[in-house]
Amino acid sequence: MRELGEGEPPGPGAVDAPDLTASGPEGRTARTALALREATAAGRWAVLDHPMLALAVAGAPAHLEPDAVVVHPDGGWTVVEIKSFALIDGAADPAKAGAAARQAAVYLLALEALAERLPGPPAGGRVRDRALLVCPKDFSNLPAAALLDLRKQRATTRRQLDRLTRVEEIAAALPAGAGFDPARPADELTAAVEAVAAAYAPECLASCELAFHCRARARAAGDVRHLGRAVRSELGGLTTVDEVLAASRGTAETDDPAVAALRRAAALRAEALGAACR
Amino acid sequence: MSLIDTLARLEAVRSGRARPVATVRHRHLSARPLVLVPLTTAGETGAPLGALVGTDRAAPRLLTVAQPRDRALRFAFLAELAEAVLPYVEGFADDTVPEERKETDPATGRRTTVEAELCADAPQLLVPSPAGVEYVRLLGRSMRFRRTAEQDPSADWPAPPRVPLLGRWFTHFGERARVPGSAMLLSMTELLGRHWATGQSRLEDQHLGALLAWIDPPGGTDGPAAALAAEQARDADGLLLHPPAGPATDPAFDSERLAPAVARYDAARARVLDTGRGHDALRRADEEIRALLASQLRPTWDALWRGVDLLRELPEAAGAAERWKGDRWSYTAHRDRVRAGEPPQPRRDDAVTAARKLAARETAQARLEAREALDDPLVMAARRLAGEAFAGEVTEVVMEFSEGRVPRPRPLVTVRTDDAPLLEEGVRVHRALADGRTQSAECVAAGPEGPVVRLMTGMGRGRVPDAGSVPAPGEHVCWTLFEHAPRGGPDLPDPERTPWTHGGPPGPPADEPDPVTPEDLL
Repeated sequence: MRELGEGEPPGPGAVDAPDLTASGPEGRTARTALALREATAAGRWAVLDHPMLALAVAGAPAHLEPDAVVVHPDGGWTVVEIKSFALIDGAADPAKAGAAARQAAVYLLALEALAERLPGPPAGGRVRDRALLVCPKDFSNLPAAALLDLRKQRATTRRQLDRLTRVEEIAAALPAGAGFDPARPADELTAAVEAVAAAYAPECLASCELAFHCRARARAAGDVRHLGRAVRSELGGLTTVDEVLAASRGTAETDDPAVAALRRAAALRAEALGAACR
Repeated sequence: MSLIDTLARLEAVRSGRARPVATVRHRHLSARPLVLVPLTTAGETGAPLGALVGTDRAAPRLLTVAQPRDRALRFAFLAELAEAVLPYVEGFADDTVPEERKETDPATGRRTTVEAELCADAPQLLVPSPAGVEYVRLLGRSMRFRRTAEQDPSADWPAPPRVPLLGRWFTHFGERARVPGSAMLLSMTELLGRHWATGQSRLEDQHLGALLAWIDPPGGTDGPAAALAAEQARDADGLLLHPPAGPATDPAFDSERLAPAVARYDAARARVLDTGRGHDALRRADEEIRALLASQLRPTWDALWRGVDLLRELPEAAGAAERWKGDRWSYTAHRDRVRAGEPPQPRRDDAVTAARKLAARETAQARLEAREALDDPLVMAARRLAGEAFAGEVTEVVMEFSEGRVPRPRPLVTVRTDDAPLLEEGVRVHRALADGRTQSAECVAAGPEGPVVRLMTGMGRGRVPDAGSVPAPGEHVCWTLFEHAPRGGPDLPDPERTPWTHGGPPGPPADEPDPVTPEDLL
């Protein structure tokens, strides 16, 4: 509580912990909304343990479960995210902390959708734009907390969600009868996956289960992007391995600066390798 | 990535084998490096699971932790690691050579030459991947603030005697690894990636097995197929044939093999503690975990040494020895700090130390880039393509002299080149002379016949330039627009004189130990 900047921490018994059990995700979402409304009206500290929130993603509803949401006496809400990576000397692994911030930003958006339906937001806004990250401290099992500023991540995530192609549009582009049920025969599934356009980049490998499939397709097509996004930017309009290698060996006059640079690079490389062999 | 490196990658895609991007080895490789392959416990920071360590490729030392969350076993592992690493690290401390170095006299502020001792060689630690380098750093951080029973008799869980010292050395290795061009702690994937371009992305090059498959595919296969097998091939039980190089383990291995084995170990230990019997079962459970971890570590150990073999085939670059000397100085300085009984490295550097480190790394980066280009025509080719250097044949030399009381030679040299350097009038250019010195010149004109430069330095003291210092027509020369040995910025004040804008002088070093809780089983 001290991390939240609210002065003295509340004593025991001064924090409510409403019961959120209900059947099914819809039931839990409704229960959470009700508990949030009641806790906000009560004007006391409250901690909602594993609430369930709903957010529309690409036109389809998605259910989200933050680790906790804290309700402040003034009616403000703060997202709490508990992670297993350690906070060493006050600093966490930037990649992991960034992922936690992006995750918390989605919860923030879901809470904001809920907050719009409540009257009279407090002066600082209903949903606080800083989330509380709780991690183990150094190499012990003591908890340590830090506030994460989510304004940037929230703006990015909102923009991405707004721009996301809607599920209906993706479905409309598919051939009739296509489906992605893993129980379907392999050749039908393959055909369905092939029907969806994919822009593979090596970063996909870290996050997507279909990345190996897309990589194999990109390699078979000779797409230069499978070597990394940066590669593409240097090669102008050339997109395949064959095109690039042919252009680097060509001798015809060209006014394409990318081709000219490529030929120069190929000549310099051959010269340097030749010099090293001598 | 420069266009030349991209081209090398595309060539590798086409030929199915890695292509060279360096013609010499740009890092020093010790004749007797210490290889360390660590494994960590998933989801728990700084809880080692096992390691292979040693200087003899045929006889690695296997260290394991049967229950990684048990503090006593973890300390036993770290003590054993200290026993394996410290004799190697300290083995270089006493073999010194006298060396002259410049120092600022604190009384007069003048630069004077003093004789200091420099260790003749330094330890070199090799790990499989950049994550391994980070892990060494993390282990160093987890150990250096521990207190031994001798330092703090009232400590509840004292660390074994040599563990804090290992932490200090690992921290030094970790800090050194952040200095560009340093070779004290190297990761094999970065080393190989510096010298070869594969037909896959840099991200995929992080996989040591796949990287080696591209560089040196096993007989009968080509790079892409061998790399795919190294990445994905699994045995009948669903375990990877080429386990990841660590420190993280394969999740399938964790859940299918390791977790049941650790559970059996826990059960056997509980039985021994309860009944005082069943020591055989406990030993068998421990042996089982050792065999399991060895099966995960050994392929990486062998791959790492295979990488060492491949790198040793390349001739060492001239600049590598010079950079290794910097590592030797840093090793000598840290040895002195340890011997003088100084406290461990602080958790956070003070403002002046941090600024100094940053400046030193920036200088090291600039020197590394310049030196690599001078040592290696392939690297120079990339700089020439970028317009930062040009090479060509001297077509004309016109002798001119400076105006002044004592005229000095200032010859004009015209170079015919196909390169397109970013030259303007007045730009300084540099080239290496045959004797290793650097000659500077000033661009006079960048005309259609090629750039004309006026030689400014490196021609001796007389009216007639020294032999060999002025290129003759027909000679091949390579000029660079970057300096060959760039210097750092201005000196920074001592930490005691940190200005108030930067927090003022640092307080006394706070090296209190990390908090420990009675319950370390998370």
